[in-house]
Amino acid sequence: MPDEAQAEAPVRCADLTGDVCPMTFVKAKLHLEQVGPGQLLEIIIKDLEAARDLPRSIKDEGHRIEAVRQDGGLYHFFVRKSPT
Amino acid sequence: MPVDRFIEDEKPRVKVDVAVEGKTGELDFTTLKTGGIIKQRQRDKFTVRLKCPGGRVPLSKLPKIAEVAARYGGDYVHISFRQSIEIPYVDYRDFGKVRAELAEVGQEIASCGPRVRVPTACSGCEYNPNGLMDTQAAAQRICARFFGTGKLAHKFKISFSGCPIDCARTNEMDLGFQGAVKPRLNDATCIACGICAHACLEGAVETDPATGKPVYHPEKCLYCGDCVRACPSESWQAEKTGWMVRIGGRHGRHPMHAPVVAEFLPDAQVEGVIEAVLAWYEENGQGAGRKRIGQLLLDPPTWQRFLAHLRPALGECAIENPPQPRRNEIHFRG
Repeated sequence: MPDEAQAEAPVRCADLTGDVCPMTFVKAKLHLEQVGPGQLLEIIIKDLEAARDLPRSIKDEGHRIEAVRQDGGLYHFFVRKSPT
Repeated sequence: MPVDRFIEDEKPRVKVDVAVEGKTGELDFTTLKTGGIIKQRQRDKFTVRLKCPGGRVPLSKLPKIAEVAARYGGDYVHISFRQSIEIPYVDYRDFGKVRAELAEVGQEIASCGPRVRVPTACSGCEYNPNGLMDTQAAAQRICARFFGTGKLAHKFKISFSGCPIDCARTNEMDLGFQGAVKPRLNDATCIACGICAHACLEGAVETDPATGKPVYHPEKCLYCGDCVRACPSESWQAEKTGWMVRIGGRHGRHPMHAPVVAEFLPDAQVEGVIEAVLAWYEENGQGAGRKRIGQLLLDPPTWQRFLAHLRPALGECAIENPPQPRRNEIHFRG
């Protein structure tokens, strides 16, 4: 994980470890709506299918994944919301 | 031979009020079928097959199609296996009116017979997240240029799939184009997150336990681009995108499997490949009887001559020593 993401604490953490696709993406979108443009959101997922599909969906929406941390069976995505 | 009592028509031809295949007057059922008008079991009734390249029917045409079907057909339309709308239960006396009314919205009737058929295609990369190549644009373009052409020994089917899921079954086509992307890793920007190894369903990308970075096994790669799409840091990039080209397939009683003869063919080369294949098939299918191109290519020396003919059109995308088309027997054991 790059240093700048470690240095900056996410403004919000979305624990989606109990969700599977497509709810993972739907909920991730809802959480993204709750943070401001350019702010950092942490998304935690467990579902492997989501780990495969979530990054592309997030990128397609114009947001940027700045770091990913694997923690046991969990994935922590640090997502920078699109500035616009 | 026993008579099929369910076929009510005994007369072999009907008098029609339109030109079909350049002919008018009393036409036989084979001529009508070649013109896209297919005899039904029911007396005087025919199914009219519409030309719907890629299975895409503009809404501007749909109300008229429904109107014509309601007026001259039965109480439904049928979606054919090759993505065409078919209007069943049309009386042969109404052919002229059916064609004229459909023409008001630019809707044409498809033709059958020994020629290039309407190309089929998947839904297309413009909204399907898996799509790598623009199948719909290709299908419309190729239909406009090649539909109905060729003095061929048999029918000739082309399809376009946007990705390796291959919904358009390019391996069962006389000539199939399937979208593919060759991935390349930029190691400098890789954040060693391991997502790509999870994204890859083929095991072509694995995580190096020591570095956490991906190890790529091209021999297992389908070129689907899942690693490129999943990569959070954009470190997996598309090195090249293009069509996998398959030749010599068919379905039917005796299906054949079409092997890949070229990979990552640029879209701009598709027309050249189709032209080259059709030219070969026109020449070499003469006198061969009703044979699909794949059947001709079962003969090893013929296959080699065909590849030599095709290579200039494939250019550097041609693969070395591709396997021949092969039978894919589904009815008999062994």
